[in-house]
Amino acid sequence: MPGALSPAVAQGDRLTAARVVLRVNGTEHHLMCDLRTTLLDALREHLHLNGTKKGCDHGQCGACTVIVNGRRINSCLTLAVMHEGHDVTTIEGFGTPGNLHPMQAAFVKHDGYQCGYCTPGQICSSVAVLDEIKAGIPSHVSADLTAQPKVTEAEIRERMSGNICRCGAYSNIVDAIIEVAGSKA
Amino acid sequence: MIPFTYERARSPAEAATAAARTEGAKFIAGGTNLLDLMKLQIEAPTHLIDVNGLALDQIETTPYGGLRVGALVRNTDLAADERVRRDYGLLARALLAGASGQLRNMATTAGNLLQRTRCPYFYDTNQPCNKRQPGSGCSAVGGFTRQHAVVGASDACIATHPSDMAVAMRALDATIETARPDGSTRSIPMTEFHRLPGDTPHIETVLGSGELVTAVFLPRPIGGKQIYRKVRDRASYAFALVSVGAIVQRDGTGRVAVGGVAHKPWRVEAAETELPRGAKAVTAQLFAGAKPTDDNAFKLPLVERTLGAVLSEARGLRR
Repeated sequence: MPGALSPAVAQGDRLTAARVVLRVNGTEHHLMCDLRTTLLDALREHLHLNGTKKGCDHGQCGACTVIVNGRRINSCLTLAVMHEGHDVTTIEGFGTPGNLHPMQAAFVKHDGYQCGYCTPGQICSSVAVLDEIKAGIPSHVSADLTAQPKVTEAEIRERMSGNICRCGAYSNIVDAIIEVAGSKA
Repeated sequence: MIPFTYERARSPAEAATAAARTEGAKFIAGGTNLLDLMKLQIEAPTHLIDVNGLALDQIETTPYGGLRVGALVRNTDLAADERVRRDYGLLARALLAGASGQLRNMATTAGNLLQRTRCPYFYDTNQPCNKRQPGSGCSAVGGFTRQHAVVGASDACIATHPSDMAVAMRALDATIETARPDGSTRSIPMTEFHRLPGDTPHIETVLGSGELVTAVFLPRPIGGKQIYRKVRDRASYAFALVSVGAIVQRDGTGRVAVGGVAHKPWRVEAAETELPRGAKAVTAQLFAGAKPTDDNAFKLPLVERTLGAVLSEARGLRR
């Protein structure tokens, strides 16, 4: 459990900012954040990791998806100060232009995007989805709740429903994920 | 967001005391609903009490053969728990029908119960809303009401409760355990936990000032076919127009709770005695005294047909 809050900036007798330690893509960062700073804004505005995108800023589009302590979440709906000491993986933590993560390479191969704005969130989500299936977490479309879920088109579509792509690259995104799942098996 | 102060609670008792002491304080756990509303200034807490560090994230088997689900158990973990998947399929199905994978990874059991309505007039701060600003009036009455309540509503509010999980909890006769600022704890049956709007739609539960939900108890499993059928405008990641949660036993008896129709998960125990006679008989009792609008009158036949499909599925017939 995180320790006591580090006091930082006070306005009158009200504490309005705090120091936060985040471990992002393997590197520890010490930040001074207004308490209102979302994890998304901390990544973009404080750490200048602009790969993570702000779409709706209300948890409806999934563009801000990052992986915190191994699980995908909407970084726009959580405060940075709630993640003291947590491990955050953003799209910058997956690969580089010269050395793509297999999911990034599959998105390129299958044209899993057009404008690319939703893509970092789609890729973070995709990687996590395969982990969730592997961990046996069922979904709305799993026919048998007690069986190990399989990688099927229906499963991928359901599990990716929190990531909106207004260019409509969905079918190519599904193809990319299924290819990566197959090469892992 | 309006500025606020923040602290991390170290025990449920400390959290409850801090909340009662500080005017305008709120607990924050998953934050998925609260932060959304804070950005719109619909919620404007003066102080946030972060309860994520409390050790309330376990699912334990109780001496009575049921489960004690910690308030901080994330929706994903509750739906994926082996015991829940095996013995409380209705609950797993309801959870998996809600939100998105990302949100279920954040949202907690207690937070799900406490989520606010998705009434568009509640969200539109340019419009009066008795829930958002008590006494200001209800813009939904006479407005666009396709999503709104058909039963149990009042002239002050026709909003619905958006939770899928709560519908299952109601059918399963869950009990909510809380910690109060005076150090005491209490158990609240699901049937009493959420309130109907009446004249005070801004008061949505029976929780007192500073009272913290610490766990939800599920009674010993009752078996039966457990089915959750959600009808919505999209195939995934949308709130219910209506939903039907049912537990149907071999002899045709069972339980039914309905979502998307009222200010709370809607269950009428007397209507369940009609289950062996079919969906029409049950629905007639479920919706006795219903006051639908022209926009949402479709919900009554929709519930009847959805329940009919659920009962067919329970008898082993597809749809």
